[in-house]
Amino acid sequence: MTTTDYERNMVNATKTDFNVIGTRPVRHDGTDKVTGRALYGADFDTSGLLHGKILRSPHAHAIIKSVDTSKAEALEGVKAIVTASDFPEVEEKTGEDETKLKWLRDNILASDKALYGGHAIAGVAAVNPHVAEEALNLIQVEYQVLTPVLTTQEAMADNASILHDSLTTEELGKDTGTVSNVASHFQHVKGDVVKGFSEADICIERDFNTTTVHQGYIEPHNGTAFWSADGRLHVWCSTQGAFAVRDSLSDLLDMPVSMIRVTPMEIGGGFGGKIPIYVEPVAALLSKKTGAPVKIVMSRKETFEGSGPTPGSYMKIKVGAKKDGTITAAHAWLAMEAGAYPGSPVGAAAQCVFSVYDIENALIDGYDVVVNKPKTAAYRAPGAPNAAFGAEQVLNELAEQIGMDPIDLRLKNVATEGTRRPDGPVFRTIGAKEVLEAMRDHPHYQSEKAAGHGRGIAIGFWFNIGFDSACNIAVNSDGTVNLTEGSTDIGGSRTSIAMQAAEVLGIPVEDVRPSVVDTDTVGFTAITGGSRTTFATGWAAYEAAQDVVRQCIERAASIWDVDADGLQMKDGSISSTADSELSMTFKELASQLSDTGGGIMGSASVNPGGVGGSFAGNIADVSVDEDTGKVTVERFTCVQDAGKAIHPSYVEGQMQGGSVQGIGWALNEEYFMNDQGNMSNSSLLDYRMPTALDLPMIDTVIVEVANPGHPFGVRGVGEANIVPPTPTLANAIYDATGKRMTDLPMSPGAVLAAE
Amino acid sequence: MPGKTYVQTTINGEQVDFLCEPRQSLLECLRDEIGLTGTKEGCNDGNCGACTINLDGRIVTSCLVLGVEAEGATIETIEGVADGSNLHPLQLAFLENAALQCGICTPGFIVSSKALLEENPNPTEHEIRFWLANNLCRCTGYDKIVRAVQDAAKRLQEA
Repeated sequence: MTTTDYERNMVNATKTDFNVIGTRPVRHDGTDKVTGRALYGADFDTSGLLHGKILRSPHAHAIIKSVDTSKAEALEGVKAIVTASDFPEVEEKTGEDETKLKWLRDNILASDKALYGGHAIAGVAAVNPHVAEEALNLIQVEYQVLTPVLTTQEAMADNASILHDSLTTEELGKDTGTVSNVASHFQHVKGDVVKGFSEADICIERDFNTTTVHQGYIEPHNGTAFWSADGRLHVWCSTQGAFAVRDSLSDLLDMPVSMIRVTPMEIGGGFGGKIPIYVEPVAALLSKKTGAPVKIVMSRKETFEGSGPTPGSYMKIKVGAKKDGTITAAHAWLAMEAGAYPGSPVGAAAQCVFSVYDIENALIDGYDVVVNKPKTAAYRAPGAPNAAFGAEQVLNELAEQIGMDPIDLRLKNVATEGTRRPDGPVFRTIGAKEVLEAMRDHPHYQSEKAAGHGRGIAIGFWFNIGFDSACNIAVNSDGTVNLTEGSTDIGGSRTSIAMQAAEVLGIPVEDVRPSVVDTDTVGFTAITGGSRTTFATGWAAYEAAQDVVRQCIERAASIWDVDADGLQMKDGSISSTADSELSMTFKELASQLSDTGGGIMGSASVNPGGVGGSFAGNIADVSVDEDTGKVTVERFTCVQDAGKAIHPSYVEGQMQGGSVQGIGWALNEEYFMNDQGNMSNSSLLDYRMPTALDLPMIDTVIVEVANPGHPFGVRGVGEANIVPPTPTLANAIYDATGKRMTDLPMSPGAVLAAE
Repeated sequence: MPGKTYVQTTINGEQVDFLCEPRQSLLECLRDEIGLTGTKEGCNDGNCGACTINLDGRIVTSCLVLGVEAEGATIETIEGVADGSNLHPLQLAFLENAALQCGICTPGFIVSSKALLEENPNPTEHEIRFWLANNLCRCTGYDKIVRAVQDAAKRLQEA
């Protein structure tokens, strides 16, 4: 192991006058999680619980001619079976709305066509999971098997097998009326690329391919539903968004949102993959039929084949530059697999592909293409790692041809405040330059490479999102507060949200007791995703705490019989600026609330603008085994702009986790599809994610360029860190071997075969 | 439906008897028959390590053991790692080193790491990584887990 003489986890803090923010407290839910007490979705139990299983298509593309459930229904212990025909009829929807609802429902339970191997066909509820599984074998489905299309190239070919007769291509915003597998083609245009390329001294153009990969959360999808006799539907599940589950169920089951209560259980990883729902509606329909609660837990095989991975892609990247390193033009042509239904992350990829740079002339073409694979879902900065794999390799090739250091080339063209992205938005204060400078100055980049090692760098961008968040803060008589919010906590966000409330209230974070609550108990809160939770729900906590402060000052004013204008609350005490005799602690006030007008509760709902994107960069050293092609990551450094790191340990955790997911994507992970379009490696043995033994320590540098759009400068750090690892390792492999890797994954065989 | 077998075990120091079908895994018995849901299922085929328990002094993935095979066995699960309300040094080290994010793999990592430190009280980074290669974590990238185990080893040696 490499010995180091530097701090392996650095924080380049820009503002430090906080009491709580920037410290590293133990998370509030920690003890439950190290003792096995925390309850995840699959741990849920209730009286009379039935267990459900789902029958899945063995064919990647087939017409469903008939489904006969009679034998399965007759099996002892089977309580109910549902198919697509059990969805309630919806009369008022027509045209495009009708198609959209059909596709939503068909991905839960296929009605007329199976569109991927593992596509759900029917659900069974039985007294235990084994009986339910036996019943699946008794359901008889007659299929007419069709040719599957598995890549964008196959799907876009003239004579391609068509997935949806109702899907016509939208070309630059207009419906062409042509039935094809291309759902849409869009463009972003900035300047004049023809002119830009003509001004370039050097142009690099390459094609890149990436394969389907899975988020790989350790906890499979799960959900329990109970359709009560009073008409209300109760759901307990592991999800990134309880309100998103509620709203999806409302659409699918055609019932008002208020008739559905969703309780988010602890969640065992999501990374975007637990935003959509899969088993919950099936459990709900089974519960409606049986009158009993029904729990469905996916197997690992089902999780690979029947949830939403992130897409494979085919991309052409062309960048031109002058001899001094000025980029004159860039073109990205991006086609991404949506899976069985439209909606790949190609739009997001287009928002990120060149956004690190200030480029005068840029053109981005995006194609959303359906293929016979599971409908893709988000995966940590969805689309951006694919695009960066191409763009950031081309940047390194340009640097090499010009004879510039690759970080210097990037710094010469880096986007700053005022730069307009090719897709339109103009950057406010951003930290791209500061991230590149921290990379350049890092002891890792300044060090000599070990003999035989290759070194690579790359940088990536993710825009982050805002959206709705709500928070309530109730003051307890002992001077602590109970904080309730609706953001599923996947990596310590209860604590990062509680810390922001504690900062405002001037109390220790241990005196804030945060809870993630159900959809009946807090205001609408969007998903834990888009790196938004610490930003937006943190902002809601900030506002709710301000509301508490206002009420505390008013209460103190009424107790002292003075004007509230002269009072302030600071560091956990309320005092008068005019009269130094008038002072009491928050704890003292809390103990008097009941007798002086009743309790205090602050609340806030926000949908903040001011979202600040985040940049992350990597430096990696690799060795490549000449005989086997195996790449070993010898040293890895991740630099990311957090805006402000509320809890630096959890920011580092996001950076390290995203880096390692990127390393797995780069070197090992892929869906192996056989000729019939079925996944051949749907187990954690054969779909090989990195183990502890495959990795070095992941060094981190948190850069803080405060986001002017957030009260504490927070940007959100969940995603940008997965963007640079794939090109970083490709650039490192090139440095070690002279081989330019244009396809993912860069597995031993692929590295050996490359030229 | 198949008949059930009566199984007698000692779990976390207490005698625990249960009934199970021959096809039920020990993992399923722990979770669904006995109510010890701290042991998690990630793959049900022995590859993720989330269901790691200590069975007669060896760590095993409980999804690959049948419930009926546990007859007469002494078992320790995550629920038995703390000494009453006193957390084990590994549990404290995981908390203080931020070695968990979602926490679903954490019980398996703590049970595995405890067995490592009992066998090798002062492991190198490589020895920790080798031992824990049977436990998958998708959130942390393992860095903080390795540090937590190093920290726990230090705490145990100082104790």
